[in-house]
Amino acid sequence: MKDKNRYRKLLTSSVVPLMFIVISIIAIPLSRFSGVYLLDQIITRLVRNSFLVLALLLPIMAGMGINFGMVLGAMAGQIGLIFITDWGIGGAPGLLLAAVLATPIAILLGYFAGGVLNRAKGREMITSMMLSFFVAGIYQFFLLYMCGNLIPFKNPRMLLSRGYGVRNALDLPVAKGFDNLLMLDFGGVGIPIGTFLIIALLCVFTIWFKKTKLGQDMRAVGQDMHVSNSAGIAVDKTRIQSIIISTVLASYGQIIYLQNIGTLNTYNGADQAALFAAASLLVGGATVAKATIPNALIGTALFHLMFLVMPVAGKYLTGQAMIGEYFRMFFSYGVVTLALILHSWKKQKDKDMDRASLRLALRKEP
Amino acid sequence: MVAINRFIKDFGIARIIIAIFLLSLFIVAPIFGVRVDQSINDVIVRFGMNSIMVLSMVPMIQSGCGLNFGLPVGLIAGMLGAVISLEFGAVGFAGIAIAFAVGIFFAAIFGFVYGMLLNRVKGDEMIIATYVGFSFVFLMNIMWLVLPFKSPASVQGFKGEGLRTTISLDKFWIHQLNDFWKIKVNDYWTIPTGMLLFFAFMAVLVWLFFKTKTGTAITAVGSNPDYARAAGISINKMRIISVMLSTMLAAVGMIVYEQSYGFIGMYNSPLAFAFPSVAAVLLGGASVNKATILNVVIGIFLFQGILTMTPSVINSAINIDVSEIIRIIVSNGMIVYALTRGKKGGE
Repeated sequence: MKDKNRYRKLLTSSVVPLMFIVISIIAIPLSRFSGVYLLDQIITRLVRNSFLVLALLLPIMAGMGINFGMVLGAMAGQIGLIFITDWGIGGAPGLLLAAVLATPIAILLGYFAGGVLNRAKGREMITSMMLSFFVAGIYQFFLLYMCGNLIPFKNPRMLLSRGYGVRNALDLPVAKGFDNLLMLDFGGVGIPIGTFLIIALLCVFTIWFKKTKLGQDMRAVGQDMHVSNSAGIAVDKTRIQSIIISTVLASYGQIIYLQNIGTLNTYNGADQAALFAAASLLVGGATVAKATIPNALIGTALFHLMFLVMPVAGKYLTGQAMIGEYFRMFFSYGVVTLALILHSWKKQKDKDMDRASLRLALRKEP
Repeated sequence: MVAINRFIKDFGIARIIIAIFLLSLFIVAPIFGVRVDQSINDVIVRFGMNSIMVLSMVPMIQSGCGLNFGLPVGLIAGMLGAVISLEFGAVGFAGIAIAFAVGIFFAAIFGFVYGMLLNRVKGDEMIIATYVGFSFVFLMNIMWLVLPFKSPASVQGFKGEGLRTTISLDKFWIHQLNDFWKIKVNDYWTIPTGMLLFFAFMAVLVWLFFKTKTGTAITAVGSNPDYARAAGISINKMRIISVMLSTMLAAVGMIVYEQSYGFIGMYNSPLAFAFPSVAAVLLGGASVNKATILNVVIGIFLFQGILTMTPSVINSAINIDVSEIIRIIVSNGMIVYALTRGKKGGE
C-alpha cells in the first residue's frame, strides 16, 4: 500500500517533465535537426542558463515562491559588465571584476527587495514581479541619463551619439571568458568545462548551504512562519537573506549568460530572464513550494530543447514561421501559469480538507 | 484647519502632490510654447479612451479578487468583437453596436471560465491573473493567424490570410462615439461628448449594480468572506459574477479605445494596457481590496494628465525625453506600494 503511494507520488511529481519529453520526441523529427546539433545546442543552453535557474532555489525553500525579482540581480550583473567593457578588461579576469562590481549592487537591491516582500507576505510573487518593472525604470534612468554625464566613461564608443547614455547594444570584450578556459571538443560537440565547473561549484554550495543553520532556518520559515517565529527564528531577517543570496546569484548568472552570448542588449536584456528561468525550473518538475538541483538542470535542458525545436517544427508543419514563434512564447508563459495554478489549487484543497477534518473532529468530541 | 487636515487625509498626500504637479505643468505650459487648450483636449480624449478599462477594475477589486492584471482576457474579447464586426462589413452605428454585442458575448464566456479558474486559486489571484493574461495573448496570437477571417480590410494584403498588426477603422466605425454631439471649441480643442457620456453611462450602470442585492453581496464577499458565508451568500458565485462583469467592461473599454484611436491593435497590443490601468485606479485612491467610481475618475484624470503633460512640457523645457521613464517608475512604483499595503492575502 505504502509502495503504491510512493509510486503515485513519483509519477505525479514527474508528470510535467514526462509530458515535455513526449512532446519533444514528437517534435524533434518534425524539426529535422541532427542529433549532434541538438546535443551541442543543449550543452550551450545548459552553460548559459543553469546558473540563473539555480538562483531561484533558495527563495522557494524559504516559502517565498518564485523570485521574479531575480531580474534585479540580472541588472546588477549587467551594470558590472558595462563598466568592465568601458575599462576594456577582457577574458576571465574581466568577468571576475564584473562579478565583484555587481555583488554590492545586488546585495543592496536584494536587501531592498527583501524588505518590500516582507511587507507583502502572501503575495510575494506578484510583488517581486512588479518590483522588477519598477527597478527596470530606475536602471534605465541610470544608464540613459547618468552614465557619461555624472558617471564618466572612458570609451566614447560606448555612448549614444548625443554624448551621454549607454548604447543599446554592446559587444562584450569578455565574450566566452569562462567558456574558453577549458574547452573540450568531442566530435563537433564543444564542452566548456570551465563554466560547468562554476555551475558545479554553485550546486555544491547550495547543497552545503541547506545544511547550515541559516539553510535550516530558511526551510523552517518556508514550512510555517508562525511556528518558526515562536521557535525563535528571525523570520523577516531570514527571508531577506534568502532574497539577497538569490539576487547575488542571479547577477553572477546573468554575467555567465552574457559571456556565453557575447553581446549585451543594454536596456531589455534582463526582461525575460525571470520568465525563462522560472519556466525551466517548473518544466523540470519543480513546484512553487519545492525545487531541487536536478529539477533545475533537467528542466533547463528540456525547456531549451523545446524552445529550440518548437518554432522550427511549427514552421515545417504549418508553413508559417510566426506560428512557431508565438507558440514558443505561449508555451513559456503557459508552463508558468499551469504550475502556479496547480500549486495554488492544491494548497486550497489541502486547506479545505483540513477544515473538513477539523469540523469532523469537533463533531465527534462531545 | 481641521477641515484641511481631514481633506488631506481623505484625499491622500500622494494624490495631492501629483495633482499639484499636474496643475503646475498646466501653468508653466504656455511659457514653453505648449498650447494649454490642446493639452486639455489631449487629456480629455485620453481620459475617454482609457476610462472604461480602468472602470473594469472595480468589480473584481470589490469582490476580493484583487487587481485585475488579467485585463488582456477582456480586451481580447473586445478585439474579437471588433474584427467580427468588420467581417460583417457593418459601418457606422450598426458596426460599433455589433462589435459591442459580440465583444460582450465573448467576454461573458471568457469571464466565466476565468472566474472559475480564479475561484480555485484564492489568495494567488494576482500573479496567476498576470500569467493567464500573458498566456492568453500569445494563444490568441496564433488564433489571429489561423482563424478564417476574410474581410479584405483586416487580413494581411499580401497573403490574404492572418490578420494585420493594425487594422484601420477608417471606413467602418471610426470616432463613432467621439463625434456624437461633439462640441468644437476651437481648432485645437474638440470635446468628445459622446465618449464621455458613454463613460458616464457605464459608470452609473456599475454604480447602480453595486446598489442591487447582488452588488451588495459582491461587496460583502470582498470585505468579509466569513461574514458573507455566514449570511448564506455563495462566495464562488459572487466572485464569478464580478469577474464576468470586469471582463465584459474590459471588452467594451477596448472597443471604445479602438473607435477613438481609429485602429484595432492586434497581436501583442493588449499587453500594453493591464499595468497602466491598474496603476491608474490605484493612483485614484483605490487599494487592493477597495475601489469606488470616484477613485476611477480621479485616477484616470491624474494618470492620463501626467502622461500627456510630462512629455510635451518637459521635452520643450529641458530637451530630454524622460517622460517614458517617469511613467515606468510612477506607475510600477504605485502598484508595488499598493501591494505592500492593506490586508495580507493568502494566509
